[in-house]
Amino acid sequence: MTGADAMVKCLMAEGVDHVFGYPGVAICPFYNAILDSDIRTILIRTEQNAAHSASGMARLTGKPGVCAVTSGPGATNLITGIATAFADSIPLVCITGQVNSELIGSDVFQEADITGAVESFVKYSYLVKDANDIPRIFKEAFYIANSGRKAPVLIDVPIDVQQQKIKSFEYPEEIKLRTYKPTVKGNALQIKKIVKELEKAKRPLICAGGGVRLANAKDELRKLVEEYRIPVVSTMMGIGVMSTEHELYYGMVGNNGFPWANKAMKEADLIMMVGARVADRAVNQPERVMKDTVLIHIDVDPAEIGKNAGATIPIVGDAKHILSDLAEYEIDGDYSEWIESLNKYRNEMPVVRDAHPGYVDPAEFIRRMSLKMQDNAIYVADVGQNQIWSCKYHVVRNGRFLTTGGMGTMGYSIPAAVGAKLARPDRQVVAVCGDGSFQMSMMELATMRQYNVPVKIVVLKNNYLGMVRQYQHFTYDDKYSVVDLSGSPDLEHIAEAYGMKFMRITDMEGLDDKLDELLSKDEAYLCECIIDPMDLV
Amino acid sequence: MRRIFSVLVENRSGVLSKVAGLFARRSFNIDSLAVGETDDNAVSLMTILSSGTEQTLEQIEKQLNKKLDVIKVKTFDEDRAISRELMLIKVKYNKGNRREIMEICEVMKAEIVDMSQHLMIIQICDTPEKIKLMISMLQQISIVEVARTGTLALSKCIEE
Repeated sequence: MTGADAMVKCLMAEGVDHVFGYPGVAICPFYNAILDSDIRTILIRTEQNAAHSASGMARLTGKPGVCAVTSGPGATNLITGIATAFADSIPLVCITGQVNSELIGSDVFQEADITGAVESFVKYSYLVKDANDIPRIFKEAFYIANSGRKAPVLIDVPIDVQQQKIKSFEYPEEIKLRTYKPTVKGNALQIKKIVKELEKAKRPLICAGGGVRLANAKDELRKLVEEYRIPVVSTMMGIGVMSTEHELYYGMVGNNGFPWANKAMKEADLIMMVGARVADRAVNQPERVMKDTVLIHIDVDPAEIGKNAGATIPIVGDAKHILSDLAEYEIDGDYSEWIESLNKYRNEMPVVRDAHPGYVDPAEFIRRMSLKMQDNAIYVADVGQNQIWSCKYHVVRNGRFLTTGGMGTMGYSIPAAVGAKLARPDRQVVAVCGDGSFQMSMMELATMRQYNVPVKIVVLKNNYLGMVRQYQHFTYDDKYSVVDLSGSPDLEHIAEAYGMKFMRITDMEGLDDKLDELLSKDEAYLCECIIDPMDLV
Repeated sequence: MRRIFSVLVENRSGVLSKVAGLFARRSFNIDSLAVGETDDNAVSLMTILSSGTEQTLEQIEKQLNKKLDVIKVKTFDEDRAISRELMLIKVKYNKGNRREIMEICEVMKAEIVDMSQHLMIIQICDTPEKIKLMISMLQQISIVEVARTGTLALSKCIEE
């Protein structure tokens, strides 16, 4: 048995069924060994997207997504995908081939110091020096990636280590890591304090982040919210942890959020952040907002607590455990007046959008499409104006809303949708992007065709990098610089070239019929929506 | 505010750069850094002096604790620690100032450990303040080279 065989055996022991990647000589022993397994390999069209697809898969399975690429440029191309997963706390195990151990450091062909290069974007990384260490390293990597604060882990394996003969293979059952013991259960005293504060509070608000989903604490959150009738808002990464139609859910906060949700954050006398970073995009001037507010911060990562705002009650642990512990208590609080005023805000602060006759209105399009989507559909939003419209107008019921709220990497939606669809072929998957982000990942249409991954892609086309154009509109008085996308290809031809169905929607007329056509069958579709280039989020 | 971080780490290749990289990446200051093996050769001790606001110093401790190669982080303020630094300092001398240098060494409890016709190396092991003072005294003469270990520190023996 070789090191490469051992690597594949480790993946099988971890129950991995898909590996996204791009081979090169330095990872060839691994890709040769994987032929003898049941693991499905997906040849993605550029390495960055291997990490995004693995991320899409991880978000659906709850297990680390796996990608494997070659040394040098293969490994460096992966970095943006790794950094994206890191910022969004998505568990990945990234395998990179490396040049022969003896040549490391001599700048030979396709050599890159990848463990050094990704240091600030991974939770941990390994450079394997002896094939006998492979079982231990893989066991640790999968555990580290998917416990505590989830994140990517990178394993760099020189080609000679992949070829190295080993005598026996035994996948360890236990992990011995003296330096790593993530806190799972929340401190009981702190939980009691939360209960006391909730009883004192008149205007409590829960702000749910991506951590709720990562901890699989959606049901626990809903139970708590419904039992004590505490209103909820969410960050961008937290969209979908509550159904957007739930009466106690008030939408996304932040500089792109809903005004009533932000007003709720300002007026609340108690804010319970659950698995959210209190970062600048979600909370404007956190230190000021929190001055007169009781801030309860629940996070699995102790370093997040107090980083951006000092918490009154910090509590480290897994959101699932803490929320269910909280639900055990009888909390004596009546917040119906507060809910009434929040409902009033929501009704009295309508979001007014300018009319754009002769174009598709992206907000209305997204709203109506999501109402027609299957109940448990997966919606993947890219980055740009499309992301903000998606966050605000997509209706999530029992489905999922995936986007990169942390890193904001353009081109995420298509590869992530591919990963999500491969993870859950039974569910409808729609990727929504702009014409800028579409062109960053349109090479993946080939991956969709090759492996028959029927994802639906909606391109909101305005011939601009819309989000930047909007910024230049407000900041530089419409002096546009490097945002014109007029060289873009005709998407009808692109769809034809990749053997996909195509639809162009130019205005709102007969939209329902078109949406029925788009969504009715489990088939790949490219849908282009012509939107007003001057539209603003 | 200044604080001493006494960081026990796995004695593996790349750990120093990971810890130093963490400080660079999050723009934390390193005022001084000293590394060496402990009584257990699988474990090294990094002594890091850093300064910043209370919030920054708290973040440093938390971020250090997140590193998987970090076994334990202890922090203490300078007044609760015994700190020492070793310095070797090469100076150029002549007949006129030799006496003066020797007097400085005597007062500062420093030792002349090597010398030639015009050069000598002085060794001093003392608190960071004394080291600073020694440099400023010898600056008036003629310093050729200076090598310093960085501050080593252990928390004082206060038994609970």
